Amino acid sequence: MSAQVRVLRQRVKAVRSTQKTTKAMEMIATSRIAKAQAKVTAAAPYAKQITDVLTALASASTLDHPLLTERDEPKRAGILLITSDRGLCGGYNANAIKVAEELGALLRSEGKEPVLYVIGRKGLGYYTFRKRPVAASWTGFSEKPTYADAERASDALLPAFAVGSAGTLPDGTPGFDEMHLVSTHFRSMITQTAQVRRLAPMDVEVVEHDYTHPGTELPMPAYEFEPSVETLLDEMLPKYVRTRIYAALLDSAASESAARRAACKSATDNANDIIRNLSRQANQARQAQITQELTEIVGGADALATIGTEED
Amino acid sequence: MADIQVHLVSVERELWSGTAQMVVARTSDGDIGVMAGHAPLLAQLREGFAARIMEPDGNVLGVAVHGGFLSVTKDGVSILAEDAQLSDEIDVARARAAYEAAKAQGGESAAAEAEFRRARAQLLATGHDDV
Repeated sequence: MSAQVRVLRQRVKAVRSTQKTTKAMEMIATSRIAKAQAKVTAAAPYAKQITDVLTALASASTLDHPLLTERDEPKRAGILLITSDRGLCGGYNANAIKVAEELGALLRSEGKEPVLYVIGRKGLGYYTFRKRPVAASWTGFSEKPTYADAERASDALLPAFAVGSAGTLPDGTPGFDEMHLVSTHFRSMITQTAQVRRLAPMDVEVVEHDYTHPGTELPMPAYEFEPSVETLLDEMLPKYVRTRIYAALLDSAASESAARRAACKSATDNANDIIRNLSRQANQARQAQITQELTEIVGGADALATIGTEED
Repeated sequence: MADIQVHLVSVERELWSGTAQMVVARTSDGDIGVMAGHAPLLAQLREGFAARIMEPDGNVLGVAVHGGFLSVTKDGVSILAEDAQLSDEIDVARARAAYEAAKAQGGESAAAEAEFRRARAQLLATGHDDV
């Protein structure tokens, strides 16, 4: 009987120490969300400026840059999947991988062979465990991505896109005609959704303006360009792709921390429930043990008393 | 004299914004000075050089710009950089050491060349014009 009490007490202790870990992780994740969101805000001015500048450039150019034009009969498509390096973040990685798999299936049905690029140890683990090929992967920065990380990824993807399906890079990786990005968007502290964005060719949105209407200002100033429009587009579009990858990394980092906070919070809450139940069982067992001991003593005393009266 | 609104934005954050009398930068076609009322312009900045922002009080702010563009609109001037350092953030001694090391190596590899330009931009931004 006392063995049972001891076992229960031990389990309470074990759960409590796990709870300490999850509680600490929950608090760390909470502080990281704020930091990640601050980085998202800090990166916004550049993203806005480069979009404005590109809009101006695009209105002045013929839009026949390879990053802007749809290719005939695309054979292969690159997928850049952003996952986390560590677990304990609920469905974060599972959702991102699921979306990437769905995208892969969709591309295959359209006759395009997906080429996978993975960021984050969890995503990489998923594919290496299943012995599926990954063209390139980068790990170790999912919680605190920097622009240099986005640069490394885009430096691998852009040349492969430039050579197209027909060619291969010097290191043997096949080229592709389309580039997609799977990342997780931070909607709120509670909701994060995995989503697909096409990086290239970019969708060009044509906006018509009615300049004849009096009072309407010209939306785009007549820019001078130094050097030519084409050279500037050549320089800027890859930087724009890089900025988008960087923005996705930041967004995913915020989502990862939010997912981890939620997962660790429910783990902590569950641990509380388990501790309550186990303590109750332990107390019950202890009570039962005491009752039994009392019964034994009383029974023993009664038996002795009966023997005593019989001797008289 | 009218002043212009200047924004210096790097990818990771907005580094500086305020009013200035003039912005001087080296574009791919040569040095350019932008004052209020300049025609809209979009230019690529040359690697390895610094931009100068002349503030209305006469103070000159040097900036080492890496991978940058200059955009002039009627609302103001924006310097877009992949990475940039203001002159007071630059460690001159380190930049000098990096400059000399990269120079001694010569422009053999792309990495050494990038390092050389980076160091030169930092030195120019802090007013060391002897490079």
